[in-house]
Amino acid sequence: MSSESIGFIFVNAALINNFVLSAFLGICPFIGVSKKIDTATRMGMAVTFVMFVSSVCAYGIHQVLLIINAPYLQLISYIVVIASAVQLVEMFIKKFSPALFRALGIFLPLITTNCAILGLALFQTNRQYDFLQSLVYALGAGVGFTLAIVIMAGIREELELAELPDIVKGTAIVMVIAGILSLSFMGFAGLGG
Amino acid sequence: MADQQLPVSEITDMDTLLKGLWKENPVFVQVLGMCPVLAVSNSVVNCLVMGLATTFVLIMSSIFVSSFRKLIPKQVRIATYILIIATFVTVADYVIPAISLEVHKSLGAFIALIVVNCVILGRAEAFSSRNTLGKSVLDAVGMGIGFTFAILCLGVVREVLGNGTFAGIPLFGPDFEPWVVMILPGGAFFVLGGWLLLFNWLRERGAQKEKAKAS
Repeated sequence: MSSESIGFIFVNAALINNFVLSAFLGICPFIGVSKKIDTATRMGMAVTFVMFVSSVCAYGIHQVLLIINAPYLQLISYIVVIASAVQLVEMFIKKFSPALFRALGIFLPLITTNCAILGLALFQTNRQYDFLQSLVYALGAGVGFTLAIVIMAGIREELELAELPDIVKGTAIVMVIAGILSLSFMGFAGLGG
Repeated sequence: MADQQLPVSEITDMDTLLKGLWKENPVFVQVLGMCPVLAVSNSVVNCLVMGLATTFVLIMSSIFVSSFRKLIPKQVRIATYILIIATFVTVADYVIPAISLEVHKSLGAFIALIVVNCVILGRAEAFSSRNTLGKSVLDAVGMGIGFTFAILCLGVVREVLGNGTFAGIPLFGPDFEPWVVMILPGGAFFVLGGWLLLFNWLRERGAQKEKAKAS
């Protein structure tokens, strides 16, 4: 069992070791879906939600694997179970809350094979978080991801108005901005003890 | 299927192999598989191991995907590919600590995260599932080398500037003041941004030259 406090885990996942800017997880959606604040916010929500679901699943699988003593199945079972769980949840939302489904919609299946999700599951296992700690960790990671992608979308919306040389357009400028953001997030180091 | 659509004479085996290196480089051109490229590129050794592990998984999964391409039902193909990939990533995850515990520790969870590297799933879906075994292996080797090349581009810059060493060997003597920012996460973004700029510039210049020739 890890002895880290709940508050520290949250701050750590959301700010200090931000999933996107310092652990480099989930870079693909970070680059791909950060053109508009609106879509970025929805993407962030969807990721947070999937992280929550997969965190619960990963905790369960880990307990089962401990009992049957088969650590080599970890990776395979994580990815399969998470993918199917997300699919199930997607159908459930579609049935019971069409409004929410429209908001998260197409993002849900895409997110399943996002490295942030699997990374979260692996990290929480490696750090031996208990159930509550895992949930808080997932929430923190989701909030951190949303924060990063919304900030990035805000900057990119402003960037539309600026005149850029042709070669800088596209991914190159996003990388440089991400670098600056990452440096500024380093300022949070030491927060939360 | 694609074999019939494309005349074989137009695409030679050499092209299949080499396109991954430059024309369709997975990292610099297709912008796929960014996470491991950014995350483990802080030292040359890490990059090399990561590149080799990814190449291994690419080759093995392309062999399996293209051998079974006629047996896998369309509806569950993605799930099948992921299972195949995850199997070989697990193999890599157990082989690397057997060779060097230290490297495995510094790569951490990123070996396991090869599963969700979009380069591999992308190649399985776009190439191996439609081409013969031989071609798929060539394509996988090319893409693997291209990926390793790209990750080394980052790793060399970051280690030489950030640490003053190349694969652990000091280069500049004791008076060198390391650029700490290069080792920090921010440095990874800057270096990758810089490389993308350079490649965009080269491509732009090439296109202009061709235009000038044509007119």
